[in-house]
Amino acid sequence: MADKLAFSAARFRAEREGDWVELEALLDRVEKKGPKRLSEAELIALPRLYRATLSSLSIARETSLDASLVAYLEGLSTRAYFILYAWREAWGRKLAGFFAAGWPRAVRGMAGEIVLAFALFVAAGIAGYALVTSDPAWFAGIVDDGMANGRDMQATPQFLRESLYGAQDVSGLEVFATQLFTHNSQVSILAFALGFAFGVPTMLLIAANGALGGAFFAVYVPHGLGWGLLGWLSIHGTTEIFAIVIAGGAGLHIGRAVAFPGERSRLAAGAEAGRRAALAMIGVVVMLLVAGLLEGFARQIVRTDAGRYAIAATMLALWLAYFTLAGRGRHGTR
Amino acid sequence: MARDRPKLARTLTTPEGVTLNLRLASAGARAGAFILDCLLLMGILIGATLLAGAFHMRLGTQMGGIIQIIWLLGAFALRNFFFILGEAGARSATLGKRVVGLRVVARDGGRLTGGAIVARNLMREIEVFLPLMFTAYSAAEGVASKWTAVLGLLWAGIFLFFPLFNRDRLRAGDLIAGTWVIETERRRIGADLLAAEPAAAAPPAFDRAALDAYGEYELHRLEEVLRRDDADAITTVAATIRAKIGHAAAGTGSAGDDRAFLNAYYRALRQHLERRMLMGTRKADKFAG
Repeated sequence: MADKLAFSAARFRAEREGDWVELEALLDRVEKKGPKRLSEAELIALPRLYRATLSSLSIARETSLDASLVAYLEGLSTRAYFILYAWREAWGRKLAGFFAAGWPRAVRGMAGEIVLAFALFVAAGIAGYALVTSDPAWFAGIVDDGMANGRDMQATPQFLRESLYGAQDVSGLEVFATQLFTHNSQVSILAFALGFAFGVPTMLLIAANGALGGAFFAVYVPHGLGWGLLGWLSIHGTTEIFAIVIAGGAGLHIGRAVAFPGERSRLAAGAEAGRRAALAMIGVVVMLLVAGLLEGFARQIVRTDAGRYAIAATMLALWLAYFTLAGRGRHGTR
Repeated sequence: MARDRPKLARTLTTPEGVTLNLRLASAGARAGAFILDCLLLMGILIGATLLAGAFHMRLGTQMGGIIQIIWLLGAFALRNFFFILGEAGARSATLGKRVVGLRVVARDGGRLTGGAIVARNLMREIEVFLPLMFTAYSAAEGVASKWTAVLGLLWAGIFLFFPLFNRDRLRAGDLIAGTWVIETERRRIGADLLAAEPAAAAPPAFDRAALDAYGEYELHRLEEVLRRDDADAITTVAATIRAKIGHAAAGTGSAGDDRAFLNAYYRALRQHLERRMLMGTRKADKFAG
């Protein structure tokens, strides 16, 4: 009796070990070189071997007390499970899906928060404007010297006009554009990440940026340069500020889900919001890249108000149309 | 006791209905992987900066702008996308995690989406980079009063040690992305101890009481001892078992003798327990009935 048992255990292993070894070799190749290198027969064999191993594991657990065998099967099954079920698309498909549907859908999914972030931005801008107009001393409090770069309440109209329409040294433009892009992206990612703390720091960050804009308007408007500043800002601002507002909205989206999860658990709600917001964030980086190009090049080359407004309006219309219309079809679930 | 469910053990039920046991990565392993990644990141950055400097010296100023742009974009990409690219691969792990033997998986066992990978890594901005920059900036500007330094440290502390404060070892990014990090231990298949060493010509007989002395837990520990094949351990274990089951030592207790005894006892005990298992009764350890 005892020997028969030992025999059947040995036979179990002898019969099935080939499958295990084959599966292990296939998994090694998928991890090292990707699934594309597998032949058609191997691709078909992979799930079959996975199920065979899983069933070996079930049998071994109920019949064998060989701990090392069970642990080996368990490890192999787990590895195969994550390769088969946590499967992801190829990079090209992933990118196409992102631009065709993932990005605009993510943005639409948090439209409420984006509107809220925008309202906050505008309100902070008005507040900044009102504060600096009523008491110029506020300007130094809102804008630091390096950023103001001489454009403060004591600046002459000629200096301000020159800062809007003057020709800049063209040679440094590309570096300038790159710096703008990386700096703005980093700030946006920060606004997103800060959403974790129930969105409060995100709101502060948006408000600070809004107040900054308002303070500058308070400098330019008294000299009759308000529209000029708006054109100077909005040629890239319709893209850049839109992006920053989306980033802020993404942060608020997470903050809201964590603070008010509704019927789901806090973790589940936070995870869903986080994934959606992260998709939108990749889009924000793309938008800021466009904004950096506009700010670095187009603004220095186009130096009339009409031209700047035309570009600003076109970009705004493009973004709005993309976010409201794209990815409405059924295809591409994510 | 070691038999209790370890704190970091989790289970996952596959669509086929089999339950797989997972082990979450410990905070130490996570920190180790992160430090490895950071060292690699810094190495790349320093190397690239030196290279850019060398190019600059060689080519002069007219190429300076381009080099500067490449450096800026490269540093940006490295900081934000190094981890994302690593985890987007088939192994769902950065290089540091691979070395330590970890991988990122979705908490629900489903697909690890791109959104989740991006979310968990962008959160690193407030977990690590922000407090770092804050400290560096305030130190450089000389505005680091005692209190800003304390606040910065406190901030860094909250997020840095976040994984220690929850039972799933989630950092803030994991929380937002719905992921966790598990160990991926690669095990080799060991030889079957029953098949490897055929029973001695006249196997010592163990009576029923001797076989009922121990359960599965002790059997597995015995298996470990046999696989490790450490002479001291074998002598000690053999003496303990002999005393427990009242088996008179045949010889004077030489190493080979002990090994043969343990082999025989392991074989007998395992077959005894496996037979009971087939009948549906399992004996978890020596305390069980």
